Amino acid sequence: MTLLSIENLNAHFHTEDGAVRAVNGIDLNIEEGEKLGLIGETGCGKTVLGLAILRLLSENTKIEGKILYKGKNLLTMSDNEIRKIRGKEIAMIFQNPLSSMNPVLTVGTQVAEPVELHQHLKKQDAMRRVIEMLKSVKIPLPQERVKEYPHEFSGGMRQRAMIAMGLICMPSLIIADEPTTGLDVTIQAQIVELMKEVLRDSGTSMLLITHDLAVASELCDNIAVMYPGEIVEYGSVRDLFKDPKHPYTRGFLNSLPSKGFKPITGTSPSLINLPKGCKFHPRCSLATDKCKIKRPELIKVGKKHYVRCFLYD
Amino acid sequence: MSLYLKLKKDKPAMLGIVIIIFFASIAVFAPYIAPHDPLELNLEERLLSPSVDHPMGTDNLGRDVLSRVLYGTRVSLSMSAAVVTIIMVLGITIGTVAGYFGGVVDDVTMRVVDVLLAFPSIILALVIAGLLGPSLTNVMIALGAIWWVGYSRIVRGSVLSIKEKEFVEAARAMGCSDTYIIRRHILPNVLSPVIVLATLDMGHIILSIAALSFLGLGAQPPIPEWGAMLNEGKPFMESASHLMIFPGLMIMITVLAFNFIGDGLRDALDPRMQEMLIK
Amino acid sequence: MKKYIAKRLAIAVIVMLGASLLSFLLLYFAPGNPAHAILTAQLGHDPSLEEVAFFMMKHDLNNPFLVQCSQWLYMITHLNLGTSFRTGEPVLMEFLDRFPATFELAFTSMLIALLIAIPVGILSALKQNSILDHSSRLVALCGVSMPNFWLGLVLIMFFSLKLGWFPCFGYGTASHLVLPAITLGTGLAAPLMRLMRASMLEVLRQDYIRTARSKGLSEHLVMWKHGLKNALIPVITHMGMQTGHLLGGAVIVETIFAWPGVGKFLVDGIYARDYPVIQGFVLVIALFFVLSNLAVDILYTYLDPRIRYDVENKK
Repeated sequence: MTLLSIENLNAHFHTEDGAVRAVNGIDLNIEEGEKLGLIGETGCGKTVLGLAILRLLSENTKIEGKILYKGKNLLTMSDNEIRKIRGKEIAMIFQNPLSSMNPVLTVGTQVAEPVELHQHLKKQDAMRRVIEMLKSVKIPLPQERVKEYPHEFSGGMRQRAMIAMGLICMPSLIIADEPTTGLDVTIQAQIVELMKEVLRDSGTSMLLITHDLAVASELCDNIAVMYPGEIVEYGSVRDLFKDPKHPYTRGFLNSLPSKGFKPITGTSPSLINLPKGCKFHPRCSLATDKCKIKRPELIKVGKKHYVRCFLYD
Repeated sequence: MSLYLKLKKDKPAMLGIVIIIFFASIAVFAPYIAPHDPLELNLEERLLSPSVDHPMGTDNLGRDVLSRVLYGTRVSLSMSAAVVTIIMVLGITIGTVAGYFGGVVDDVTMRVVDVLLAFPSIILALVIAGLLGPSLTNVMIALGAIWWVGYSRIVRGSVLSIKEKEFVEAARAMGCSDTYIIRRHILPNVLSPVIVLATLDMGHIILSIAALSFLGLGAQPPIPEWGAMLNEGKPFMESASHLMIFPGLMIMITVLAFNFIGDGLRDALDPRMQEMLIK
Repeated sequence: MKKYIAKRLAIAVIVMLGASLLSFLLLYFAPGNPAHAILTAQLGHDPSLEEVAFFMMKHDLNNPFLVQCSQWLYMITHLNLGTSFRTGEPVLMEFLDRFPATFELAFTSMLIALLIAIPVGILSALKQNSILDHSSRLVALCGVSMPNFWLGLVLIMFFSLKLGWFPCFGYGTASHLVLPAITLGTGLAAPLMRLMRASMLEVLRQDYIRTARSKGLSEHLVMWKHGLKNALIPVITHMGMQTGHLLGGAVIVETIFAWPGVGKFLVDGIYARDYPVIQGFVLVIALFFVLSNLAVDILYTYLDPRIRYDVENKK
């Protein structure tokens, strides 16, 4: 069953330098229990997409399209209704846990908030639940550490606490925004291991936003590749790794250290000044005149494999 | 974007600049603009309410308030400019010497700074001005003697960081003298934060001069200084409220204009300098 | 933590030692012979040379600089600030007698300032660029730019002379307190409000506010539980520095409203060249200022767990 379905989503906002078109006509589905990876370079609009789902973007952002969660449109809900979804049905795990946690509140207080709010647990019961939760994300001595402040935690422990905070209400969907970025490599591996374990146990769906293909391939079933503002390829992890179709995906894969570190020439366009036609054509060695004028549609190339490129027309 | 362009976009800051230029020209051309002699007594026209002949009325000695207020811009602007100059010279000299030479000189200066900061500045100024005896010059000395402290701290901080830069090291390696290095490399870099800080402080300085004059420690009668005018008019405030309103408004508008500019500068500054000023 | 407090206390003691030296130097180098001034005040006429010489001998004013200086230090460390020329009372007693009135004024003013500045600052930040925001900012800027002695005079003119609601000077009842406290309070409120607004805006931009929202917290909880405590930290630090302003402002406000506090006595002392009072009062005010800054420093470490952590782990 489809848990979350994004239909023709657009998100634009104005800055001093011009209109930022961060998300342009994105369609995505997440099934129950599915782990979907959203892959892209920094500044391609993937975080904006994640924030748009929970309506956490600033008020001056124009959002169009639909985001259906269990059939209900999150974008047209009242503030009260969306608040009952946030943290309870859909939870978020942010990158950089140091700045994402409140410096003046204890970790325990912050992890407890979702259950106090949504399950109306009393303070003591909530704290018991928090300790359980911290134990399950393998934070040692949880009964001591709930009383500590975020800056007293190490980077890895803070991210564990963030994960505990996201999972504490047993949400149906977790949106994890770069959960391993900024951590040491060994700690990254531990966090990935941990997420694998807790997600398997809970059966929660996940939208993993990352620029790290290795992390996505570890944690996800399917992957959507995003290139400024739109999805250029979608497929299972297997399809995407074995048989990447879009020139950008291929380039992305080739730039991995394991495949020889060959970077894609050029830089990705800014969201303010997007090229016409296929957004990738200025960097694409296979681009034709057509690519410069017309925007390609998403074409089915396999059982569950789609690509936005004229090569497969 | 340059500081100037950013500031140009800032409407209040531009308004502030316009007001200050306007007041400065009043100060320069006061003798031509003022309808009467600000010191001329006319005991028959005491405490008159505003009229066509005296748009701001007359004071207890029959002097024209408008003329006195106009001449007051001279006193306030020149006094505060003088105080700012004293502060900048003292602050830059002491801060540069302490920062550049370091060691004992630096330690001693910074302890003096700590001690001066232990006193609320206006109270210390009050006491110094009081001990020296009431006069505008003494107010200037008193304010200058305490206000350099903050400036020397900032200057010292930036001198310390510039001193470590490669171009200074290079100049030293080439055998340039200390005075040459200070003049050529240190001072130009220190000057702009100090000027910005001075703009931010102008309002404060004007208020302090006015406050000390109001307490009778600054400008002495018959000098048309706004604070002193308020002090002179105080006994007559029940019958002649115009004596209270106009000089006070002038102080407020001048200070407001400087604060508009200061706010604009603060917003337009690059973050590096903002950080320096906050310290 | 104890070590941190002890260290700050040690610094405060050193600073106070310097401050007492400075207060000594102020008078030592004051122009004119203090003995002459004092005798003029006591005798009511110009003293003869013999009288001056006798006075100077009696008060050890002929001793070398260092001896006088250490005498002064000995005196103040024994809580002896000398006696006032005008009243003949010990300076310390004069200070303590007047301190309650000043404290009453300062405390009420600070309360008024906080009651205005914090809610308006927060609202202004929450409704950024609204009419409320723009007008409160303009009013605050005018407040910063207004000389507080002038505000006091205008308030007297309007509320006591014209409307007769409050007495225009004096001390005793609550209605005496209203105008001086408003005068001093609004001057404090304006910069505090600007700071509260800026600090709240800064906090609202932080990632943890977004995290709080993502958990489903109401805007109300996000602001009060997650925003306010963080936003108040710089405001409280600023309040510590404001004690200086508060005392300075009190001097002027007390003079206008004939409020029998420390500030008015000091100004009267300056007019009368009452040297021991000037010296002693300045020193005690500095002590008060240094202690209040110390208190804020310590309070700060309690409010911000990050600082406390640093302090406790660096030792």
